[in-house]
This record gives sequence, C-alpha cells and structure tokens, in this order.
Amino acid sequence: MSSQTIQNLTRGIIRENPTFVMLLGMCPTLGVTTSAANGLGMGLATLFVLILSNSAISLVKNFIPSMVRIPCYIVIIASFVTVVELLMAAYLPELHAQLGIFIPLIVVNCIILGRAEAFAAKNNMFQSVLDAIGMGLGFTIGLTSLGIVREILGSYSVFGWSFAGEEAYPMLLFIMPPGAFIALAGLIILVNKLRGVK
Amino acid sequence: MSYLMIFIAAIFVNNIVLSQFLGICPFLGVSKKISTALGMGFAVMFVMTLSAIVTFLIYYKLLVPYNLTFMITVIFILVIASLVQMVEIILKKVSPALYQALGIFLPLITTNCAVLGVAILAIQKQFGLLSSVCYGLANAMGFTLAIVLFAGLRERMSRTKLPAVIKGTPIALITAGLLSMAFMGFAGIGH
Amino acid sequence: MAKNHPIKSSLTNMILALVIVCALSALILGYVQQITAAPIKAVKDNMELKAISEIIPEEFDNNPFAERTYITTSHKKKLMMYPVRRNGKIIALAIKSYTNKGFGGKMEIMVGFTLDGNISGYKLIDHKETPGLGTKVAEKSFADQFKGLNPSKVNFKVNKDGGDIDAVTAATISSRAVIDAIQRAYDAYSNFSAGL
Repeated sequence: MSSQTIQNLTRGIIRENPTFVMLLGMCPTLGVTTSAANGLGMGLATLFVLILSNSAISLVKNFIPSMVRIPCYIVIIASFVTVVELLMAAYLPELHAQLGIFIPLIVVNCIILGRAEAFAAKNNMFQSVLDAIGMGLGFTIGLTSLGIVREILGSYSVFGWSFAGEEAYPMLLFIMPPGAFIALAGLIILVNKLRGVK
Repeated sequence: MSYLMIFIAAIFVNNIVLSQFLGICPFLGVSKKISTALGMGFAVMFVMTLSAIVTFLIYYKLLVPYNLTFMITVIFILVIASLVQMVEIILKKVSPALYQALGIFLPLITTNCAVLGVAILAIQKQFGLLSSVCYGLANAMGFTLAIVLFAGLRERMSRTKLPAVIKGTPIALITAGLLSMAFMGFAGIGH
Repeated sequence: MAKNHPIKSSLTNMILALVIVCALSALILGYVQQITAAPIKAVKDNMELKAISEIIPEEFDNNPFAERTYITTSHKKKLMMYPVRRNGKIIALAIKSYTNKGFGGKMEIMVGFTLDGNISGYKLIDHKETPGLGTKVAEKSFADQFKGLNPSKVNFKVNKDGGDIDAVTAATISSRAVIDAIQRAYDAYSNFSAGL
C-alpha cells in the first residue's frame, strides 16, 4: 500500500476525526450518546451508510452532470439510509427504537455529503471505500467514547454492565441533555490538550 | 392536544436544539453575533413552516395512498431541498430586501437536520394539517429563541481571555450545556 | 489524486441523470421494503405478545394478539384489548393503554387484569421518560406494588397526592403517568366487564 492509501484510511480516525477535530455530525453525537451501546450503534449505522454512499458515488461520478450532482448524491444517500433503517427495524428493533429519529437524519449528517463531495467525487472506488472506513470509524470512536463517558458518569455502568449498587445515585445530569454538551466539551478539551493546541 | 400546548412544549419544554439536539450545526456555526443568529432564526422559521405544510400534503396525498411511506426520507429531503431553492428564487424576485437579509442562510438550511427532523416528527406524532403547521412554526420559534440567547452569551464571551484549549468550541459547548440546564427548568410545565 | 471529468450539463442529461438515479433508488427501496415488511411486522406483534405473557402470570393457550379487539372507556376512548384464554375460557384481559402525562409526553403501557378486576402486572411498551430516573417506573421495586391491587378499592394516587401508591423518588410525574394510564385501562376494563 502506498503512503497515500494508508493516509486515506487513517485520516478520518485521527488527524481529521469528524467528532473531535472537524466537529461534524453534532446532532447524533449529542443526541444518541446516552449510553455506550447507543453511540456504537449509531456510529456503525453511519459507517455502513458512508461506505455504501462513497462507493456508489465514486462509481457513478462520471455519469452525473455537475449541475445536478448534489441532488443526485442526496437521493443516493437517502436511499441507503432508508435501506439501513428498514434493515434495523426488522433485525435490530431495540436499537432502532433507541436511536429513533436520528436514523433518518443520517441523511443530513454533514459527514456523509461532505465526504461524497470532497472525496468520493474525485477518487476511485477503492480509495473512496478506505476514506469511508476511516471517517466512519473515526465517527464511531467519537460517539462510543462520548457514550462511555456519559454512561459511566450518568448511570454508573459501561455497556450496560453496572459497577455500582442499586442504591447508588449517579450523576444523572450526564445522561440528560446538558450533560451531552458538557461531556463533549470535556472530551474536546482533552483531545486539544493531547494535540498540543496552543 | 391544544395548539397552545404545542407551542409551549416545542419552545420551552422540549426545545428542539437544547433538549432534542436537532439543528446543532447552525446553532454552533452561526451564533457568533446576535444579528446573524436572528437572520438564521427567521430563515428557519420561514422554511420550517412552509415545509411542514408541503411535507404534510405530500405524505397524506401521495405517499399514503400509493403505499410508499417507506420512501419518506428520500422524498422529504428532496422536497425540502427544492423548497429551499424555490424560496431563494422567489425571494430574490419578489423581495430583494428580505433576500439580502436571509439569502445567505437559505442554502445552509437544506442540511439543517431540524427541518427534516421536524417534518418527520410531525408525521410520527400523527398531527393534522393545522397541528403540523403549528408544530413547525413552534419548533422554529424554539430554534430562534435558543440561537439568539446563545449568540448573546457568545458575544459577551468573545471579550473574555481564555486558555487556548478551551477557546472556541469547548467553551461554546459548555455555554450551551448551561443554557440547556436552564431550559430544564421548564420541564414539567403543562403537567 | 485522480482527475475529475464531469460531463457538461445540458437540460436533457440533467433530467436523465436525476430520473435514472431516482428510479434506481425507488427500485432498490421497493425491494428492500418487500423483504423487510414481514420481519418488521413480526417484531411489533412479538413485542406485544411478549408483554402480555410477562404481565399475565398464569399459563394460557390462545394467541391473545390474534383475538385483539377495541373496547371503550366511559369517556369513549378506544383501547386495544387482548383476551387471554385457557381451554377456551377467558382467564384474564390485557389492555393497551396510554397517557399523555409522562415526563416525556406520551407513554404506552400494557396492563393485565384478572377477572376480579385486580391488576396482574403492567409493562411499558413505548415511552420517552428520562433514562435512569423516569424509567424506574418500569422496574420491579415500583411495579410490584401494583400486583393484585384493585384500582377501585384503594386510593389510586401517589402518596404525594394523598394516595396509596409510593412514587419513585424524584420521578413523581412519571409515577403519576403510570397511574393515569392504568386508571384509563381499568376504566375500559370495568366498562367492558359491566357489559359481559
């Protein structure tokens, strides 16, 4: 693999992480991460749509006139989102109920249209899939870590496994809306610190 | 549910931005100044109310009779995107002044998940036409209230010296968290 | 990076491209919808059937879901009722009730009644209560106090309102909502059994 190929894969995971660095797709990031499992589920659903849309768009990019490319991309993305939604409703009903309105809203997740326009429309299928995997994984990691933090603080458990007794009173704030903002702020500060932002 | 309750619930109790997390991108993106926040708010109000009517009619007159309800996401996003384009063109012709004020915000609205979210939620809640319109308008008002309040806070904050790691998004998120906490005080109204 | 050669836009090819993309999308979605329609319906049916078997402690041998029918409360509200039978005889009723007074708005709840009007149990089907707080109304520590209770024979309110039900700490609204939904189910139950 050339260094460019490897970079396409890893770019989304670290240097251009959609959650912590690029700050894309904030609605699901804040909305569904009340638990680690929900964050992971949403991340994987987005990853799946991203791989499908990036590969489809990289394949058809030469057949679509540039003036209507955005509407075409939106239709392609919306179709894959609906496919994922139907499959989830049929085979993962509990996760489907938990994520609710945020599944159809994957359509307007800036990451997906952003990657379609910035990468898949200019590169071949193989590279586009790598880019999708990288970005999707980066998003999944972001959502899962936020979910883990909120679940630990807000319900004293990790992936549903509780580490405190029945009578313990966790910091409920963190699984309520304000906690989402504050926990994400905390994680971004941490990432900024690690990246050496001055 | 009475229409007044729809308004109270959507603006204060379940504020679309601060408790439902829809429309976070413009909320964080165009909230540095009160004037731009207001512009965005009014543009959203316009489009959200209009899209509530159009998506309602399309859903019940087209998708339901032909058993195409599974196409809801595809159709709605297309409808909203074309609606935004149309509003832009009409506004340009009819009211250049209004276009000057709102024009730059309109393209951003297509990817504002609040508009699509509210359209889908109104269908899920099985509202009638009038309730759907109220729901759209109320949520847009909630959005405007949240973003204007937030912009006010951020304008003040921009004058404060902060460590580099906290500057920008982190402090904005913390502020949004505090605002969201304040809105939690409305919870329980109407019980 | 590969070079990009977008074809020149003309009215014909723009319309053609959009039509083809939309047609393909409709085709794929139609296919996926067809293969997932049955499993999605089964999931919904199963959820209600599972809820019924959890709230009716006795063994039963019919499919209450297949025999479901609407009954009305004294306020003319329609609720779904699922008769539970053994050897052809009704031994209990499950009623799907709701309330709009939940902390997160609407709450759907399946309530089981034995034939003497006592609650045999309930289960939340759909709700938007606060996780970790309002959701405690689904837990045994709160739910068990309803078992064997007859809403007409006790003061069916939370203790804060002077009633006999111990509300979940810090989740009074959610507790009141559950009582409201059960009261509605009981209303329908007594209306129905009066006509038997």
